[in-house]
Amino acid sequence: MAETVKLTIDGKEVVAPKGMNLIEAAKLVGIEVPHYCYHPKLTIAGNCRMCLVDTGMPKLDKDKKPELGPDGKPVIMFAPKLAIGCNTTVAEGMVVHTRTPKVQKAREGVMEFLLINHPLDCPICDQAGECRLQEFSVDYGKGESRFVEEKVHKPKQTKLNAKITLDDERCILCSRCIRFMKEVAGQDCLGFVNRGSYSTLTCYPGQEPKTNYDLNIVDICPVGALTQTDFRFEQRVWFLKETKSVCPNCSTGCNTVLWSREGVVYRQTPRDNDAVNQCWMCDYGRLNFKFINDPTRLTSPSVKSAVYGERVNLTWLEATRQITGKLKAAGTIAGIASGRATTEELFLFKKLVGDLVDIVPHTGEADGKLLQADRNPNTAGAKLTGCATGKLPEILEGIKAGKVKTLIVLGEDLDEELAKKLELLVVIDTLPTKATEHANYVLPGTTFAEKRGTFINGKNRLQRFNAAIPPVGIARPEWQTLTALLGASYAAIEDVFADMARTLPALAGLNLSKIGDLGVELKIEQPAVQPVSQAAEAVAK
Amino acid sequence: MQVQRPKLTFWERTYIPQILKGMWITIRHLPMKKFTRMYPEEKPKLLGDYRGAPTLVKDPEGRVKCVSCQLCEFVCPPKAIRITPGFRADQAFDSNVEKEPKEFEIDMLRCIYCGYCEEVCPEEAIFLKNDFAITGYKREELRFNKQKLLELGGVQPDSIWKWKYKGAPPPGTPIGPVRDGKPVEKKAAGH
Repeated sequence: MAETVKLTIDGKEVVAPKGMNLIEAAKLVGIEVPHYCYHPKLTIAGNCRMCLVDTGMPKLDKDKKPELGPDGKPVIMFAPKLAIGCNTTVAEGMVVHTRTPKVQKAREGVMEFLLINHPLDCPICDQAGECRLQEFSVDYGKGESRFVEEKVHKPKQTKLNAKITLDDERCILCSRCIRFMKEVAGQDCLGFVNRGSYSTLTCYPGQEPKTNYDLNIVDICPVGALTQTDFRFEQRVWFLKETKSVCPNCSTGCNTVLWSREGVVYRQTPRDNDAVNQCWMCDYGRLNFKFINDPTRLTSPSVKSAVYGERVNLTWLEATRQITGKLKAAGTIAGIASGRATTEELFLFKKLVGDLVDIVPHTGEADGKLLQADRNPNTAGAKLTGCATGKLPEILEGIKAGKVKTLIVLGEDLDEELAKKLELLVVIDTLPTKATEHANYVLPGTTFAEKRGTFINGKNRLQRFNAAIPPVGIARPEWQTLTALLGASYAAIEDVFADMARTLPALAGLNLSKIGDLGVELKIEQPAVQPVSQAAEAVAK
Repeated sequence: MQVQRPKLTFWERTYIPQILKGMWITIRHLPMKKFTRMYPEEKPKLLGDYRGAPTLVKDPEGRVKCVSCQLCEFVCPPKAIRITPGFRADQAFDSNVEKEPKEFEIDMLRCIYCGYCEEVCPEEAIFLKNDFAITGYKREELRFNKQKLLELGGVQPDSIWKWKYKGAPPPGTPIGPVRDGKPVEKKAAGH
């Protein structure tokens, strides 16, 4: 640990690293210092004045030694004015008061100023329920207003860009969004215009935020000034259940929270994890979850009936019985898995299919921040379980040549031409595709929001995600389907993981609860992400 | 255990004094004030704070007062209320309110007339009025929707006019002092 200093906050001894500010030091001992403009990942602006605390230093005598009082303790000289906690660093022997009447009075004053021109339209404000202004009004405010004049009116319901709605009346001018856009997103486009109580947040004309990280300013906005347009008026946050999850849209695997109510996911927000995504996530990942509640989701196992000439729904038992019978009779089985499947599913898939198996690469452009070129969240998991073999061209050639007649597809699409050549095509997927259209058997799967499982991200970090909502129809998690096809006896996902931990040395000694909410780094020899073969991708398309 | 029966006198065994006593009580009550109300022909007189069926109200300008903040849905103990939030029409006279319920349903079979919804409402949009005999032939009839609730609620007088001057002046208006929804002309600086 770096050099530390000892100080006292509200009578509690704190050992904090040198250079830490008082808000963070107080957090170490569980004391909350209210603040608006301060954000641990941004530079310090110090303009909200909410984090004022009373600080004092030991009185020094002529030899620069702390002078002792009659009780044998150092005499503390308190500063005449309060200091802001965010920009005051810890010092040896410092004494900090955060709850004295003096501090409380200052907070009341700050709250009163912040609320002078605040429109108080909480009933129509999306932030209500997770608004720092509401929370601190209750905790530290006066509870009544002395302001009788007309409030300043500013632009309301304006669109900052297509994704973000700006309500300037609600803004408390903390400048977090300005600093985020400048320092993290890298587009210095927001700023304040006008002066005094007419100060208004706006973007430079024609310079609306257009990075892939804009929506993070909605998260860090402590009030309802910046709100997400496509979540606007959708649900009140107090109805939403928070489920810890992992973003399945690229190999970064940003830690997220899924906000759902009664089987519908309404939004996805980032979750703090300094080892992966700090506290941000990209808009591409954040907004790409609508397929969960797509009305066309597959809800029941079905078979393309030779008798009726159309799809007929089956029970799971019947589907399993028919497929296992046909798989036993079939010769070579090939499998196309998905890098979006969980590690457990890939492990079972490998067991079911055998050697002739591969995943389909999905790539895009990396942006050098969070978004990776590899858009599969679990390429490393596929490698670890032996599903990523690079045999995809071989499989596809085999189908074309008529050598491969039986194919199981897990969560990927297939060309119509290829699908027609197969004798037996079993597709496990969530949404209708070309492959499910031509498949002999379609088995409905679940999205990442409906099952538990693990992903291994591009840096070999094993991360766990949880089920937020129940599956649609009689669809069930893929690991259950694969267990049934294998004839195995895993009763829960924990059993699959336990078997995996026994088989794969990289996972030895781990279980789902040991992974924790933040994941664990795995020690895998080979580099997890290899350059994706463009040819393989082209063939797959 | 053996119950000891009281020994009755001859007159007691004839029951005649008891019958006469009972009839005397009945006769005594005949000229007295009647307490029985001939419901349903005769309706009860309800006090002002009677908690009947919850209803939605409009203000005298015809604005639906509910802004679908969903606090009533949250506070409702039997979870009888279900709101689908939505937007106010852009061109409407009350578009500055931004939000209004797309659908507002109260399941009257679930409602327990506790009045929490009225109490929690920050907009004074929901009132428990005097309707108490809520009946129907089908369950669906007793799921009151927004239209039905507004019909029942009618217009409520307003003394605050919370939203009348709320919201920003039209776009293009310079940001500056405002009174009664109109920008205040700046006086020439007097030196």
